[in-house]
Amino acid sequence: MSQPQVLSLRKPAFRHLDLQLVIGCAILTGLGLTVLLAPVISPFGPWEITGNPYLPPLSDAHLFGTDMLGRDVLSGIIYGARVSLLVGIVSALAAICIGAVVGGFAGYFGGVVDDILMRLTEFLQTMPGLGLALVLVAVIGPSVWSVVLAIALVSWPSVARLMRAEFLSLRSREYVLAATVLGESHWKIVWTHMLPNALAPIISVASLKVASAILTESTISFLGLGDMNNISWGMMIGMSQDQLRNAWWMSVFPGVALLLTIIALTLISDGIGRWLGGRRQSLL
Amino acid sequence: MTSYIGSRLIKALGILIAVVTLNFLLIRLVPGDPATVIAGESGMSDPAFVESIRRAYGLDQPLLLQLKTYLLNTFTFDFGFSYRLQSDVISLIAERLPATLALTGAAFILSLVVGVSLGVVAGARADGKLDLIIRLVTLTLYSIPVFWIGLMLILIFSVKLRWLPASGTGFEYGDGDALTFLRHLLLPVVTLSLFYVAVYVRLARTSVVDVLHLDFIRTARSKGMAGGKILRRHVLPNAMLPILTMASLQAGNLVSGSIAVETIFAWPGVGRLGYEALMHRDYNMLLGVFLTSAAMVVLLNIVSDILYVLVDPRIELVK
Repeated sequence: MSQPQVLSLRKPAFRHLDLQLVIGCAILTGLGLTVLLAPVISPFGPWEITGNPYLPPLSDAHLFGTDMLGRDVLSGIIYGARVSLLVGIVSALAAICIGAVVGGFAGYFGGVVDDILMRLTEFLQTMPGLGLALVLVAVIGPSVWSVVLAIALVSWPSVARLMRAEFLSLRSREYVLAATVLGESHWKIVWTHMLPNALAPIISVASLKVASAILTESTISFLGLGDMNNISWGMMIGMSQDQLRNAWWMSVFPGVALLLTIIALTLISDGIGRWLGGRRQSLL
Repeated sequence: MTSYIGSRLIKALGILIAVVTLNFLLIRLVPGDPATVIAGESGMSDPAFVESIRRAYGLDQPLLLQLKTYLLNTFTFDFGFSYRLQSDVISLIAERLPATLALTGAAFILSLVVGVSLGVVAGARADGKLDLIIRLVTLTLYSIPVFWIGLMLILIFSVKLRWLPASGTGFEYGDGDALTFLRHLLLPVVTLSLFYVAVYVRLARTSVVDVLHLDFIRTARSKGMAGGKILRRHVLPNAMLPILTMASLQAGNLVSGSIAVETIFAWPGVGRLGYEALMHRDYNMLLGVFLTSAAMVVLLNIVSDILYVLVDPRIELVK
């Protein structure tokens, strides 16, 4: 048996940390460039009928083949990255903001405020998240922004719990007590003393939130409830469902794009988390 | 213990009422008039007929009155009538529930057993070769979209290899047997499990590594206890608590996850019922499905709280 305690006294495993963050950031940078340069690097438009239907991968001018209408699969994937990344980032940011405000209030004021806000949080966590998001999208009407709103509304509770725990422990720190005694306003105490110190765990969670938002968006689009005017990976996989016997490439390539994106975000989240000194476990 | 369970049940009841209320209001906000939708389903659009439907289903009442009626009916397990399927919601759910329970139950057990075993193996020899392999597999499984892996499994095992059926339960024509059912169950269950296998591997590995650092493990080692016995007697019981927490959280998410899986594999369960209800604006059906899944989650949370006490004598029930 090894002696883990002795191992952990050595220098932290920066080599692993670097590798993990580098791979994650490299994939994500590639994705970002794809999104920005889509019109330049994409061989065709996402909806454009450009060749015969069911052309297999590696056909002339169609690296990933064509779908049942003769549209280029690679172009669809390049343009589909836009929706994934946009929805992922915006809805994760919104969820973090809502969660931070709710959790911050609950942790800072405690008492009745805490009780009410935490009951609300627990209640939302009891609901099947995806189901609620699907209903919300149906209620508001399918568009990219309704998907963003729905994902944000169902995914803030875990952030709120995290923030509440942070604020609860920060509230009793001496510098916060000192600020209170000096008569600083609640707003200033929270904004200048507590929030900066509660950010570390949030940053690590943020990347995971983006990943889960991208997954939820793709599931909504896959089920045919998303915005049908903007091509997305989930939508492409949804359309490929009936074509499994004819064109495996229609479902495989968008899924690989999705998988790589989620892996990248997971690696980054875990890398940051360990860097900030939390978990010992490494993923690579 | 009894009073604790009692207070938990009252709290659970409160949560369920809140779930029903929220969903009721949410679903009634869906654009479009339900009476027109029902009339459309029946193939008639004459205004007098729409009006009669509105009256028959109480849709002309104020919203809060409708809510009150719905809540009262719910207490007697009357979830209303599915206009689309022309049947009572409760009996449709009861008909579909066994398929979902079989799917989610099997996925729950499979992911727990496989995930915890792999996690303990990885944690006991942390930073070894096997650990690295398990970690890489875990990372991949953790990142795979459930619906996509479902399609890939169909592509490999049904379309290419022709080993396993891609849809249904095998009981559709009333002539299935247990083996046929298991063959049909395999792909959906694996699809639903893979993500949670990854979750349990990570959790079990971290727990085992954490516990291995503690003083009583060193004591056990220094008195010459065998490695395997230390693992069984001292490490596992202490590493179980976070796993139990995750298990109760997973149970709720399984219901969500089964929406996509049941749709892909044409599995006749509650998730697919809910999805179809949403697509067809079958509100009573949708509310019934929501209530059922919320009730399952609340119940499982209570069970897991009680299990905590049984697993770890240090925890006492307060409040």
